[in-house]
Amino acid sequence: MSSTRSMTNVDVAEKRRIASYWKPMWQVPQLTIGTAILVTFILIVLVGPCFVANDPLHIQMSERLQPASWNYPLGTDHLGRCIFTRLAEGAKLTLGVAGIIIIVTIIIGVPLGLLCGYAGGRLDSFIMRVVDGIGALPEIIVAIAVSGFLGPSLTNLLIAIIAVKWIEYVRLVRSIVLIEREKEYIEAARAAGFGTWHMIRRQLLPHIISPVVILASLDIGKIILIISSLSYLGLGAQPPAPEWGAMLNDGRPYFQTIPEMMIYPGLCIMLVVMSCNLIGDGLRQLLNIRHKKI
Amino acid sequence: MLTMIKERLIQLGIVLFLLSLVTFTLMKLAPGDPVFIILKADEVAATTADEEALRKELGLHQPLFIQYTDWLARLVQLDFGTSLINGKPVWQNMIERFPVTLELAAGSLFVMLAISIPLGMLAAKYEGKWLDHVSSILALLGASIPAFWLGLMLIYGFSYRLGWLPTMGTGSAAHLILPSITLGFGLAAIYARLLRAGILEVLAQEYIRTARARGVGEWRIMYKHALRAALIPVMTVFGSSAGSILAGSVIIETLFSWPGLGDMVIDAIFNRDYPVIQAYVMISGCLMVMVNLMIDLCYTWIDPRVRYRKGEMM
Repeated sequence: MSSTRSMTNVDVAEKRRIASYWKPMWQVPQLTIGTAILVTFILIVLVGPCFVANDPLHIQMSERLQPASWNYPLGTDHLGRCIFTRLAEGAKLTLGVAGIIIIVTIIIGVPLGLLCGYAGGRLDSFIMRVVDGIGALPEIIVAIAVSGFLGPSLTNLLIAIIAVKWIEYVRLVRSIVLIEREKEYIEAARAAGFGTWHMIRRQLLPHIISPVVILASLDIGKIILIISSLSYLGLGAQPPAPEWGAMLNDGRPYFQTIPEMMIYPGLCIMLVVMSCNLIGDGLRQLLNIRHKKI
Repeated sequence: MLTMIKERLIQLGIVLFLLSLVTFTLMKLAPGDPVFIILKADEVAATTADEEALRKELGLHQPLFIQYTDWLARLVQLDFGTSLINGKPVWQNMIERFPVTLELAAGSLFVMLAISIPLGMLAAKYEGKWLDHVSSILALLGASIPAFWLGLMLIYGFSYRLGWLPTMGTGSAAHLILPSITLGFGLAAIYARLLRAGILEVLAQEYIRTARARGVGEWRIMYKHALRAALIPVMTVFGSSAGSILAGSVIIETLFSWPGLGDMVIDAIFNRDYPVIQAYVMISGCLMVMVNLMIDLCYTWIDPRVRYRKGEMM
């Protein structure tokens, strides 16, 4: 107390500034809650099947539409398959596909954005024309076009989503590069004789990472929603794959008698998407705080 | 203003060109020979001669480039061919289905406005209070709940359990309620937050303080000044929402057996009715660009600052 009083206002402000720069992540509630939900969920998905040793694809008509029991923690579906292990398998499938989509999107989008922003000129305006063209279409419409002509499958859906998603990353990265490019430190680095590779890797990339991570974590939620929606329509994962949206579709005829068949997969989608949204929001707040305080 | 329209029309052209190119390529990549599909749909035993004749008739013996330009020329005249399933011209199918989808879109827009405007205003007025927290939780839910699942849960609750509303189909105003809520809820949650942020920004302005000093009532300030000013930035986001309504309509229409365009295209996919699919993709692409153009125009028209800024640049 006494030591604080003896400090000048400037010192206190300085101290606060440093403290809030290192504001730990648990002080951003969204980030904490989101991470907690996601980690719990992943733990259940990974550990659960060790205790419930059912084959998610094994059809057993004698066991169909069973209520929850020790053998089947969430009961069985219309083909006698364990709903719990199917949900766990579905989590791996959905998160895996969403992960692949995000990684490929970033691999395509970030370098293109860097190129557009840094090189500028005719190449930039050509790529941006294409970007604006594709960007005018919602993902689902493109997914309909691809699965409509090439036939419904999870791979086609994956291609369709990537075909639209990379746009956002090009736009984001390009806009950051355009702002950073004008700043003095870039000029200084250029004057110091550093080459293009160094400029992109050491000077520009650090500014791009956090916004891209934030966008990606929000996008994973959106991608999961698209995958499950289209799988529900029958345009994504095909039976017997235990995709959540497809499981909801399976449950539709038994809706009135056993609503659980639809409630559980829906809850899974909601929880995972929600945790991705919370993490994305939380990361954005964390970044905003740091930006403001520095 | 004119320069902007010209610029946007060029963009429209580019988008449609890209779209047509992609659609054509996908069509060519599609598994199955269209000749066989048509012959199979007619259910007659086809000879090789019939096959050749049809191939000639469809122009499939020509090089791809010529096929593409022919196809494009027909598209420009709105000739999308006939549906392989019901034999009617695709354009006529689209015209019949379009008002049904529009009805759903109008319903969901109504739900969106009816929820988001009051909620956004209240959340801004009681910033940091429980109502504000409720609105942010709603926004999170709106972004996280899959629309089709929300729809199913609403059907379960209001149709099966309570028996208040019809489960699916069209016919009466009651049929419109559940699909509109399902489609509108997600948007309402987002817009309530956008409005809240917009209103808070406006309320911090000098002229609001002046109005308060003049003794203008709090609600009048909210309604007359803050809401109006806050609606302008919110409008720009609306372009992307038109996309999510269009995309959402595909899911919601299938879910509620709502006989609109989305329901049509899903049927077409499962029946491999390629002319219908390509027409849907082309038309919805067109629609999206038009909506965005219209929003930009409205925006310029409402907010004179944009016009002046553009004027200076010219």
